[in-house]
Amino acid sequence: MDISAYILILISTIFINNFILARFLGLCSFIGVSKNTVPAVSMGLAVTFVTTMASIITWLIYYLVLAPYHLEYLRTLSFILVIASFVQFAEIVIQKKFPGLYKIFGIYLALITANCAVFGVAVLNTDTFFLNGVAVAGSFIKSVLQGLGAGLGFTLAMLLMSGIRERLEYAEVPRSLKDVPITFIIASLMSMAFLGFSGFKI
Amino acid sequence: MKTLGEFIKGLWRENPTFRLVLGLCPTLAVSTSVVNGIGMGIAATFVLVGSSIFVSLTRGIVPEKVRIPCFIVIIATFVTIIDLLMKAYAPVLSRSLGMFVPLIVVNCIVLGRAEAFSSKEPLARSILDALGMGIGFTWALVLISAIREVLGNGTFLGKILTANFEPPLFMILAPGALLTIGLLIGIMNYFVMKSKARVK
Repeated sequence: MDISAYILILISTIFINNFILARFLGLCSFIGVSKNTVPAVSMGLAVTFVTTMASIITWLIYYLVLAPYHLEYLRTLSFILVIASFVQFAEIVIQKKFPGLYKIFGIYLALITANCAVFGVAVLNTDTFFLNGVAVAGSFIKSVLQGLGAGLGFTLAMLLMSGIRERLEYAEVPRSLKDVPITFIIASLMSMAFLGFSGFKI
Repeated sequence: MKTLGEFIKGLWRENPTFRLVLGLCPTLAVSTSVVNGIGMGIAATFVLVGSSIFVSLTRGIVPEKVRIPCFIVIIATFVTIIDLLMKAYAPVLSRSLGMFVPLIVVNCIVLGRAEAFSSKEPLARSILDALGMGIGFTWALVLISAIREVLGNGTFLGKILTANFEPPLFMILAPGALLTIGLLIGIMNYFVMKSKARVK
């Protein structure tokens, strides 16, 4: 397995299959927290941290427990519980040990438990990197990279959207389109721009 | 009458998709065809009703502090049931919905109703509330997917409507979904504002 396959996964999850703009995962926080740049980027960092860690943990659970004992049908239940308890745990640890870091993105951790992006990346990892319960070559690193790429793509979309929305404060938007609807329409235009990446020959 | 109101409110006044703007990820991702929309709506309604029954029944037993994990376990159980049922009896639909069936577990509507309604209310009202929310979600999903399928594919429920129409692929892809829901919420806001102005 060469390096190019790993780089491909990163590029594809960040740009081509951007989690928000192409796969529609994590839309709730995308719409909710993208009003200002600083909270938007903090949220993005928190999501990146959790998607990466969740990819590692869920891969281990699937590889070591669920697949060998043919318990694949417990995937939904076990993943959501593990992710939820991990997020709680991480929040406590960061609050106690790294108060500076907690100020940057800690408060957003609680919101992430129910974020589709985190659970989505875990499901996607097992769907793509396990064939009939057997791990494909290098599946651990691929899963971690997919988690990392998902988070980075999320952060990128948040950053772009919050920048646009800060400017939009000064624009005259029709009253009935204010806030949520106009955000969707902007997201649609952004998504159209991101469609350009799907023409990449890689 | 008041009990019936719990059912009606999900259809329009507190419609989960258009008024509360909850549970968007599956709404946008699976609304490429009307069949998918109906399938997803039914699956979500099943999970909503099933979980609200159990949440309502256990509302006196579960301690306050661990209620969220308990809700999640109940919801995840029903999601697993519907996922396996769909794989067994509707394999084509299950394949086209893909990972969005397990993703119902993180759908804000389900957890939201468990926390805000069925953990506090008696059984019958919880079921009606869940049913109303589920049907409200389903019709919103069917509306969005009908618009996208007709405009983006030139078909409705798989039947070709007219031969003289070159459908813009754009509507079936991601941007079309975001545009459709943005404009629909805008239209709803417009009517709500108008009716409020008339009351004044």
